Amino acid sequence: MKIFGRGKKQDEDAGVAVRQDPAASGTVEAGLYRLGVDVGGTFTDLLLFDERDGRFWRAKVPSTPHDPSKAVISGTRRICAEAGIPESAIRYFLHGTTVATNAVLEGKGASVGLIVTDGYRQVMQIARSLVPGGLAAWIIWPKPEPMAKLENTVEITGRMNAQGEEIAPLDEANIRAQLDVLKARGVEAITVCLMNSYLNGAHEQVVGRLAADILPEVPVSLSSDILPEMQEYERALTTVANSAVRPVVGKYVDNLASELRGLGMEGRISLLRSDGGLMAADKAAEAPVNLLMSGPAGGVAGALWVAKHAGLENILTLDVGGTSTDVALIEKGEPRLVRDTSVGDLSVRVSSLDVKTVGAGGGSIAHVPDLTKALRVGPESAGAMPGPVAYGRGGELPTVTDANVVLGYLPDSLIGGEMTLDREGAKQSVQGIADALGIDLYEAARGIIDIVNENMFGALRMISVQQGYDPREFALMGFGGAGPLHANAVGRLMGSYPVIIPNSPGVLCALGDASTRMRAEAARSFSKRRSQTSDEEVKAAFETLAIQVTRELAAEGVAPEDMLIRYEMDVRYYGQAFEVPMMVDMASLGADGIAAIASAFDAEHHRLFTFNMETEHELVNLRTVALGKEQAIPAREIAKGNGSPDAAKVRDHEVWMDGGVKPAAIYDRAGLRAGDQIVGPAVITEMDSTTLLLSGDVATVDAFGNILITPA
Amino acid sequence: MPAKIVETNDAPFNPVDIDPVSLDIIENALRNARVEMDATLFRTALSPGIREQGDAFPMIADAKGRMVVGQFGSFLDGFLRGYDGTIEEGDIILLNDPYACEGAVSHLSDQLVIAPVFFNGRLIAWGAMFGHMTDVGGKVPGSLPTDASSIFEEGMRLPPVKLYRKGELQEDILRIACNQSRMSEWYRADLHAVVAACKVAGRAVQEICERFGDDTLNAAMEQLLARNHRAMRELITTQIGEEKVSFEDYLCDDGRGAGPFKIKCTMWREGDKVILDFEGTDPQSDSSINFYLNENMFKMFFGIYMIMVFDPQVLVNDGFYDLVDVRIPEGSLLKPKFPAALSCRTHALGRIFDVLGALLGQKTPDFLNAAGFSSSPHLMFSGHDKTGEWFQLFQIGFGGIPGRPMGDGPDGHSLWPGFTNVPNEFLERYFPMIIERYESEPDSGGAGLHRGGNGINMVYRFTEAGTISIHDDRWFIPPWGVNGGEPGARSWKKLIRQDGSEQILGSKIDDVKVEAGDRLQYVTWGGGGWGDPLDRAPDLIELEIQQGLLTADGAKRYGVVVDADGKANPDATASLRAQIKADRGEAKLFDFGPTIEELRASCETDTGLKAPVQPVWRGAAKPVAAE
Repeated sequence: MKIFGRGKKQDEDAGVAVRQDPAASGTVEAGLYRLGVDVGGTFTDLLLFDERDGRFWRAKVPSTPHDPSKAVISGTRRICAEAGIPESAIRYFLHGTTVATNAVLEGKGASVGLIVTDGYRQVMQIARSLVPGGLAAWIIWPKPEPMAKLENTVEITGRMNAQGEEIAPLDEANIRAQLDVLKARGVEAITVCLMNSYLNGAHEQVVGRLAADILPEVPVSLSSDILPEMQEYERALTTVANSAVRPVVGKYVDNLASELRGLGMEGRISLLRSDGGLMAADKAAEAPVNLLMSGPAGGVAGALWVAKHAGLENILTLDVGGTSTDVALIEKGEPRLVRDTSVGDLSVRVSSLDVKTVGAGGGSIAHVPDLTKALRVGPESAGAMPGPVAYGRGGELPTVTDANVVLGYLPDSLIGGEMTLDREGAKQSVQGIADALGIDLYEAARGIIDIVNENMFGALRMISVQQGYDPREFALMGFGGAGPLHANAVGRLMGSYPVIIPNSPGVLCALGDASTRMRAEAARSFSKRRSQTSDEEVKAAFETLAIQVTRELAAEGVAPEDMLIRYEMDVRYYGQAFEVPMMVDMASLGADGIAAIASAFDAEHHRLFTFNMETEHELVNLRTVALGKEQAIPAREIAKGNGSPDAAKVRDHEVWMDGGVKPAAIYDRAGLRAGDQIVGPAVITEMDSTTLLLSGDVATVDAFGNILITPA
Repeated sequence: MPAKIVETNDAPFNPVDIDPVSLDIIENALRNARVEMDATLFRTALSPGIREQGDAFPMIADAKGRMVVGQFGSFLDGFLRGYDGTIEEGDIILLNDPYACEGAVSHLSDQLVIAPVFFNGRLIAWGAMFGHMTDVGGKVPGSLPTDASSIFEEGMRLPPVKLYRKGELQEDILRIACNQSRMSEWYRADLHAVVAACKVAGRAVQEICERFGDDTLNAAMEQLLARNHRAMRELITTQIGEEKVSFEDYLCDDGRGAGPFKIKCTMWREGDKVILDFEGTDPQSDSSINFYLNENMFKMFFGIYMIMVFDPQVLVNDGFYDLVDVRIPEGSLLKPKFPAALSCRTHALGRIFDVLGALLGQKTPDFLNAAGFSSSPHLMFSGHDKTGEWFQLFQIGFGGIPGRPMGDGPDGHSLWPGFTNVPNEFLERYFPMIIERYESEPDSGGAGLHRGGNGINMVYRFTEAGTISIHDDRWFIPPWGVNGGEPGARSWKKLIRQDGSEQILGSKIDDVKVEAGDRLQYVTWGGGGWGDPLDRAPDLIELEIQQGLLTADGAKRYGVVVDADGKANPDATASLRAQIKADRGEAKLFDFGPTIEELRASCETDTGLKAPVQPVWRGAAKPVAAE
């Protein structure tokens, strides 16, 4: 049975390429360009925007994991050369980075010295006493080493109570002696986390000053600065994580800045935080724990920009890479924020976009355990090396990519033809799965795809159905290298139509970096029951926070008239563990007081959990967010077509779908025009990604070149 | 009379062929549903026991009541057999009486909520969950009286009642139940949370039906159970011998000065069936340490242990139940007769895991874990604060995890799934207390190549007067070590009055009055050690001394001599190790420490408490073997 043919080279661009938007041309004018740069595990993506008319250039260069700034610099030079502009024309350099994330995942953080209250030396050792997994999981649980080693943890006397009052004073000699211990141990960063400091950080500040005196070269992070919230372990862990990544992020930011300046780039350098906002690079380097989800946040920001121009407000995002998939929910043009960030084993209390990650990607390995004869896919991944069998780099285990190759969903060449896929090898590896299950090769390949799609579906359910959202009211946007291959199928499972495949789905994160806005946030623990506070007190507290964030953004060059200030309050029923973040409208707070917030909370609680309680409301945390001016980056319309995609057709093709071989066709995305319609099944290829269109669905190209898939 | 299921659609389920991929997808969807149950619960519950510590367990079962996803096995069997009523769409059952569900919940504090799931007029599945409420009435705050003589002293006893009838909340029942609790607001919220979680399960199952069809779901659940049956049969026949193996361990006391109480279990295989027989276990206690052990629940414990010990890849459900025969003598500590008191069953519940681990591992020492499950330490603290408001804390503590084949036991961690400690800042904020010390107790973990985890040393300073209760065990009989590893240290509690006077407190005690300024030091047991301590690397011993997990004195149990600078002295270490080796002889498979007689003799000197006296059983209370 022959179901695959070798097609012509689909794209003249090489794998490492700079490519100009077909419609781009024009003269150079200094200071009107924004450059978004996203550093991924395999590739560093760049996207250069002309602020005046929305022309853009994109580039992809191999990442340089030993020193990520190398790829950033070489990519910057390349994209500027291609656009024909000097580096000095870049006004904004906007950057999503996984430097902090990788330092955590690879255990390459700094050696952290931790200073705690007398009696609490083992706070990181005991943690929350939790052994993950089910009954008897303790038998097989490998306990991770604390991020601040116990031998690098010291205690000091002095104590605050739960009202923030000092009940035992500090002893300077004692603090100096303990700092000397840490100095002798050669720690590279220091965290101070004292009991009840979330209510009163005075003791921590004293320790911080003495530390700066005794260890002047070592950066100090205070828990009362980084996370002024109740729960000593979570606060310590978050602050230790900050300390652990601070030296590596600081060094990276310094190198990058000096090299960019060396190229003549004088524009502002900002980093994308986990919460989707930008902050000045030097500021970010002081609180790098805010950067742990910087990478995925870029994708969500990019999706927001695309959605806005496509006229869609409710979006589920599906960002599929080689080893994992990130999903997020955008409702009414706002991505959901959560108060936790998880990276590997580490879970810290930092605001981030609500991005869930599952170990399901193109490199996820399929296997059949002997005992159960079940088909399992992932979480083990073949990664970039050796990668899937089809990549021919020595991989021998069947992966999701191999299944896609077997079924014809991935044509024989990737990234514009530079890389040819080993289809025979892929078939052989998937045959092993088929034999173990006693089924046909194509059924096995389809099974692998179904299961990985199901894992993505599970992650999307967690952020939608489980949060009380109906996924049928959302569109699904697929991006990342492999998102467009799976988006149609996952969208069908969710009932989320249209399924959107944006332009340049492989560099959407870089687009997000380029299109998002400055953001500053200030928060404080409030912890008062409704009867214990007043409208006036809440208003005054918000106003103090507002002054703080306004000042912060002003320092980053944002004019006061361009700022948007937002107020948020975490509310719960008194005694609950889980608080619901509520947006606060200052005008209605003035008119109706806390009562308005309370009733909005009741409605939200009912939506989430199907019931309300008579228990009093507790106002847990207050937060104020200042946003810089929204970037008015225009989307560029593409040429209109006549509705027929024939001009873009590369060749006829066959895919295995719905239980058998189906005739299909391959299209070159660059040849598609606005209004063109393709009937599934079909495969649409472009430089950095491949889109699979299922039978029964239709793809329509919108005015901006996005592909919108809907049921036929 | 068994429960009568009322279905509006009487068509039987059609048999459906399911491809392996769809089967995996359905299994995954059911597992996700369980995760959603947990998430809903923790976000909405109010009591620290559930919201912070996670003392609640969800499950989804097939129409016949067999658990397909969950942890403790099905809660439904006994209820379905004993419930004398109808089950209709929209009904939700609430109960807490262990005697009304054959021990599916084993004390009155656990409220069990059972929600049938209907689709197209047919019963397709069950969602169920139980959660430990802070207070359900009875003679002491916290509803776990250490000296109760019958279940009537332990609080409200609910037979299965309909909390929802055809979707309609029965307000009267809710009001009656809440009214029994000293913490009625928490009771109400926690119950709402458990019900909401069960509803989440119901919705998730219905969505699976809409997607795949109810016939397919029904067939898939059958296959998932069958798949587990196959895997377990393979494990049982390859890992369990036909020769009988026995193990016995002890509960230290009954809270009234008698003890220890023996739990004995014998295991052997006949064909592809394994028999677990508790013959030889002591008769039931007059006090509240009895544990009404549900046979199916013990099958599940057995299954999970088999899998965790021998092959963690397998997923557990009720499918293998007919491969296991559990025999528990009537009238024994593990099958007490009504109306025996049950509230303090936590010690025996913990201890059977030690017994189970020893049974499964003793023929395969490489897979054997030391003892450490032992108990679930509790502290209750209640009273009226200065403003006259009632406060009541129920806190669960942890000991040390035992030394394991894979390495050291973590210090001060939970052996119960999903349990966490309560943040000390939370305790200080919401209760009149300051936590002066929260650390692990050096040297308390049993010495071994793989050290047992240290127990916790926690010092509370009370800032208001009140009453405390303590529940703990392993204060008299130490947690044993294995493969040459030594026993872990025993637990102890001390009250330090504001005037400096000190008082050792018993492990099971109620009604201890404390004043503002008094301090309680609560130290839990360490896990047993695994493997020969003389094989542990001296530089690791050095490091642990520096970390405060071990003392220089404690290092001697490893045969390591440490100089004043904290460095191991190679010569002194070599000679100490040689001497220990010569003195001790062969390393023991199990090291129980001193004999019970020796422990009794030295009890007062070692622990500051009187030795428990040998229990006496009245009349012919000798347990009778089950049929």
